[in-house]
Amino acid sequence: METLKAPETLKVRVWRGDAAGGEFAEYAVPARENQTVLDVVTEIQREIEPTLAYRFACRVGMCGSCAMEVNGRARWTCRTHVRRVARPGEVLELRPLANLPVIRDLATDMAPFFDKWARARGQFQPKDAGDGAVPDDFAVVPPESKARREADAGIECIGCGVCYASCDIVAWNPDYLGPAAMNRAWTLVNDVRDGARGARLEAVSGDAGCHSCHSTQSCTQHCPKNLDPSSAIAGLKRSLFWDSLLGRRG
Amino acid sequence: MSRGAVHLWAAQRVTALFLGVAVAVHLVTIIIAVRGGLSAAEILGRTQGATAWFLFYCAFALAAGLHAAIGLRTIAAEWLGWRGRGFDLAWLGIGLLTGLFGVRAAWGLYVA
Repeated sequence: METLKAPETLKVRVWRGDAAGGEFAEYAVPARENQTVLDVVTEIQREIEPTLAYRFACRVGMCGSCAMEVNGRARWTCRTHVRRVARPGEVLELRPLANLPVIRDLATDMAPFFDKWARARGQFQPKDAGDGAVPDDFAVVPPESKARREADAGIECIGCGVCYASCDIVAWNPDYLGPAAMNRAWTLVNDVRDGARGARLEAVSGDAGCHSCHSTQSCTQHCPKNLDPSSAIAGLKRSLFWDSLLGRRG
Repeated sequence: MSRGAVHLWAAQRVTALFLGVAVAVHLVTIIIAVRGGLSAAEILGRTQGATAWFLFYCAFALAAGLHAAIGLRTIAAEWLGWRGRGFDLAWLGIGLLTGLFGVRAAWGLYVA
């Protein structure tokens, strides 16, 4: 005869507070065979603490809005199984993403992150139709060309902010553009249809840009999409070096 | 400032490239001189009027001074928040000054 086992519990420490500060609160939820960190947060909010603030949308790793710091490392909570980050009996510790202002509890204000995309000139600027007109013909971009492959390598970024929260340079210099914005800039520098190469390289150079990167590669290590912003930033440095040396910077 | 940052970045990489070779030459020279049992007077005899060695050590000293100052500038900006044109000029001055100390030492060996 099967005996009924009492459900094991999972201890969770959740940072509660706002821009003025906060502290950890402890919760206990049933430990399940299969549960993601997002499931745990949702369970706390629905069953224990309805005022807990957090953010999610798709729950399947497409939108990037559920990123938080899980046991000291920024992750997508929807794609992180609890058993991958905490062994049985270990405590799960959740904080809002680092390097961003906290709105409340686990929800951060992403505005500075996206403002930096704009500052790094992350908008495509058509070479042939600067005024927004439709170009006469399709651009031919050979898939095997070097530029296309460089652009391909970084184009799947969904802007979750995990790299930004993992970057030491952002922590040290609040003006630093960060990995995602420069990864975006690098895909556009390699877009042969784009006409703003000079202005974009100007925007990402200097102490707030690629020249402050130490290539410690936390961004590359932590990117949930396995992108390599560190190499993108190195590409920007290379382009700026040769463009400056050869007098190609207007 | 961003143009300046490109130049500082390029200067630090180029000096690093040169220092890699120069440090090796410097160490090998020291080891050979010491193991060969040369006295101070004998070493001075070889450095006096040796224009190639003098120029090598001038380049070495200036590269080391600039390379170190650019690196310290970055650390000071990150850890102490020392940023801006005034600090940049100060670091450039410190780099050149430490480089010139080395040049002065090389000059001393050249004309001694």
